[in-house]
Amino acid sequence: MAPLTALAPTLLLALTALALFVIDSIDPHSKNRTLFSGTATVGSLAALVAAGALLVTGTGTNGGVQFYGGQLVVDGMSLFFTIIFTSVATLVTVASYDYLAGETEQADYYTLVMLAATGMTLLASAGSLAVAFVSLELVSLPTYALVAFLKDNRGSVEAGLKYFLIGALSSAIFAYGISLVYAATGSLLFSDVAAAAAETELTGVLGIGVLMVLAGFAFKTASVPFHFWAPEAYEGAPAPISAFLSSASKAAGFVVAFRVFTVAFGLDITSSVDWVLAFQILAVVTMTLGNFAAATQDNVKRMLAYSSIGQAGYVLIGLAALGGGNNPSVLGMSMVHLFVYGFMNTGAFLFVALVEHWGSVGRTFEDYNGLGREAPIACVAMTVFMFSLAGIPLGGGFLSKYLLFYEAVGAGFWWLAAVGVVNSVLSLYYYSRVVKAMWLNDPASDLSLNSYPIGLYTAVVAAGLVTVLLIPAFGLVTDPAIDAAAALFS
Amino acid sequence: MLIEILLALCLLGALVVFVLPDDYAPVGALVASLFPLVTSFLMWFGFDGSGNAFLDGGTLAYETMVQWISVGPYAINWHVGVDGISMPLVVLTTVLTTLAILTAWTPIDERRSQFYGLVLFLETGLLGVFVALDFFAWLVFWEIVLIPMYMLIGVWGGPRRKYAAIKFFVYTNVATLVMFLGFAALVFGLGDAVTSLDMPAIAQAIRAGELGSLGGVGPDTLKLIAFVAMFAGFAVKVPIVPVHTWLPDAHVEAPTPASVLLAGVLLKMGTYALLRFNFTMLPDVAADLAPYIAILAVVSVIYGAMLALAQQDLKRIVAYSSISSMGFVILGLVAYTEFGLGGATFQMLSHGLISGLLFACVGVIYNTTHTRMVGDMAGLADRMPVTTGMFIAGCFAYMGLPFMAGFMGEYFIFQGSFAAEFAGSMVFTAIAMFGIVIVAGYLLYAMQRTLFGEFRLDTDYTIGRAAFHDVVPLAVLVVCIIGLGTAPDVFFGMIQDAVGPLLGGGA
Repeated sequence: MAPLTALAPTLLLALTALALFVIDSIDPHSKNRTLFSGTATVGSLAALVAAGALLVTGTGTNGGVQFYGGQLVVDGMSLFFTIIFTSVATLVTVASYDYLAGETEQADYYTLVMLAATGMTLLASAGSLAVAFVSLELVSLPTYALVAFLKDNRGSVEAGLKYFLIGALSSAIFAYGISLVYAATGSLLFSDVAAAAAETELTGVLGIGVLMVLAGFAFKTASVPFHFWAPEAYEGAPAPISAFLSSASKAAGFVVAFRVFTVAFGLDITSSVDWVLAFQILAVVTMTLGNFAAATQDNVKRMLAYSSIGQAGYVLIGLAALGGGNNPSVLGMSMVHLFVYGFMNTGAFLFVALVEHWGSVGRTFEDYNGLGREAPIACVAMTVFMFSLAGIPLGGGFLSKYLLFYEAVGAGFWWLAAVGVVNSVLSLYYYSRVVKAMWLNDPASDLSLNSYPIGLYTAVVAAGLVTVLLIPAFGLVTDPAIDAAAALFS
Repeated sequence: MLIEILLALCLLGALVVFVLPDDYAPVGALVASLFPLVTSFLMWFGFDGSGNAFLDGGTLAYETMVQWISVGPYAINWHVGVDGISMPLVVLTTVLTTLAILTAWTPIDERRSQFYGLVLFLETGLLGVFVALDFFAWLVFWEIVLIPMYMLIGVWGGPRRKYAAIKFFVYTNVATLVMFLGFAALVFGLGDAVTSLDMPAIAQAIRAGELGSLGGVGPDTLKLIAFVAMFAGFAVKVPIVPVHTWLPDAHVEAPTPASVLLAGVLLKMGTYALLRFNFTMLPDVAADLAPYIAILAVVSVIYGAMLALAQQDLKRIVAYSSISSMGFVILGLVAYTEFGLGGATFQMLSHGLISGLLFACVGVIYNTTHTRMVGDMAGLADRMPVTTGMFIAGCFAYMGLPFMAGFMGEYFIFQGSFAAEFAGSMVFTAIAMFGIVIVAGYLLYAMQRTLFGEFRLDTDYTIGRAAFHDVVPLAVLVVCIIGLGTAPDVFFGMIQDAVGPLLGGGA
């Protein structure tokens, strides 16, 4: 049994969840925002620091640390993604301080966030399909409840219900896929599946199993055609939870997909089960459809929801461009894009949370008119997020996106990159609409902001700062990402 | 280190000014802009670079090269430095920024701290474009410039500001993409010959003939495609006819300081990039296409001048004349002779100063009269003698009066262009020279109607003398223009030193 220190981030998150639970049982009706938000923030920050320390000290190298005979693996990849999850979780818990003002059951909210984050870190470390399934459920179940958290809000409850129904269905598909893979290979452990899959005669069964597993991931990452739940859920959910879902939960779906498809299924079986082709189709359809849908929205939150579907399409290039001889760097750049995306997308949704907090302002683009005069600093941060998401170099999103396309071209998939570039140009249209509304348009005559909530402001500005600082510090992110990706192919 | 300090000072200044209270913003911005100004002068006086940064044997001043990002086969480095071509443009940028901030004191009366913060942020981007030598860093700065300019036009501009801002943004951003594809084709065509996105390394590899085929397209065709794509992308920024239509809109709507920087520095990004990419990396294609590019240049000169002749709005006149002047720069580049290239670079500098001066003058006139229509005013010379004097000086410089910067730039260009080797160069030069006559025509015509004659003003505003801080930038620019015209060698020496190696062929 390897030292438990390697699991420190996961354990810290789980312990924070338990601590919140205990606090809640002592005083069930407490509305002590500072205590709950503070505990959750400290917990996720501690997990973030632990993950960073483990990554820096080289815990992830040489195949990483294995638990339970390889069922759980802590390597560079899982630590890299743990940093994403915990960063997003920290931002979300800080921002929720203001968002939850006056709500009851705050402790439950933070407990669920921490449990979902725990599930995500486990998902990143999953070494077998069974662990992947269990941790996927550990991510999903708390988020169903979180989406429906605003009990008095019809939209929130409806979104939660839709999310839950589609989630349950996709879980079933995923589980069935796993059973088919097990039938074909006789194992659930990634490394054993890989060995058996190359020799199995049941390629048909394996193929259907692989596609069903793929569908399970496509649901979690909100890729077309399993994306229908996403705009509804993101729109109905409390805005910090939308941020959490669209950034961290999506990254969690991707990390396990990366691992399953490179380690368990591997490129060896693509002669019989061409999953790379499936990802190519998925990537092109996802980015195009997401972007076109985003361009036609009038509601900022829905626009962000669809745009995050489009962004998932870019990340899918990491899997779609495999086999071109450039594998570690393509996959690595997908990971880097998810990293940057974690900050800029979370920040964007938290800005929406800020606007919702102001209340007097609604949700359409017009409601953002002239905000730049009233709240210049938050609006600068939002400008950074929007331009960075669109691929203008005000933040790290420019570098990650262009390098991803660069690597895709280098791998010989120039058409994937071309579709990506065209989509980027299109995305500039709807992202810049927000910027235009905030700065260029005149505010409604009665626009006045009554408060400047400290938690939301802190989170938005922090996310903005990190997004900008990622430009000079980009090398610090790419190196571990590419190392981690390279480890998958060794 | 000086370059990093320069960029950091601009950025820091931008941040500080952005959060200053509005009342302190004008003075704060002026002070903040003095730090980069002084730094750039220190760089200029201590300049010890020689040769061309992109070619073998070129020594950069203040060079830094540290590893930044490494992805797959390509290393991306933080590589900055200045040579004789970029050094004058760096000085031009810092000088014009400080003066532009002064010109903003009177007209900008709302959201001041945001305005000045954006101006300093714009300066950071502009300086970055001229000092970056790694393609990625360069592209970051190149794109970053768009954002503050978009905001400056869109928030503080005239009545049709949103239309102008978006048109500017869309035109130049799409252009960047086209250019990016062209450059990417070159990098992938080089294959294993380059391991970084270092622009000098790529230029040297291409000049050494290491370009291979890409996807079944041979090296020669690849070069042609890349040249055309990059040329099309940069042409929008210059701008060359027929992709110039964003410029008059942007200029007319932009507030005075933004116009000064737009004409003074932003347009130079286009010609600078053309010189660095098209004419340095692919000189043979440039030579093949020379007559066609020369036609575009001549059309820009004549057509721009004709359009200026037809305008009633003083600012539009100056805006269209920029198209004309930038056409001369293209003519100098395509001549590809020592005087042509050197003159083109010199003309970037002199046009920056002169158009900056003219836009600032128009700004001062507008602040007092609240009209820019030539027909609405007459005889301003009596009431605003100092501004009038500066305006006349600017017009004379534009017409190419000797001992002024414009004369030297155009003289060098024509001398170089006459000696060019491509077919019909003499004819093109002769036609382009006729452009000067039209320039003189519309400027004299405009001056005659607005400045001289019986005083008349079709608005209710009373005319007072311009404030001291309004006139200072004009005076400084006139001094610079005359200084550069009488002693062009303060910059021309280093420019020639840097463009000379381009003609040597080889790597």
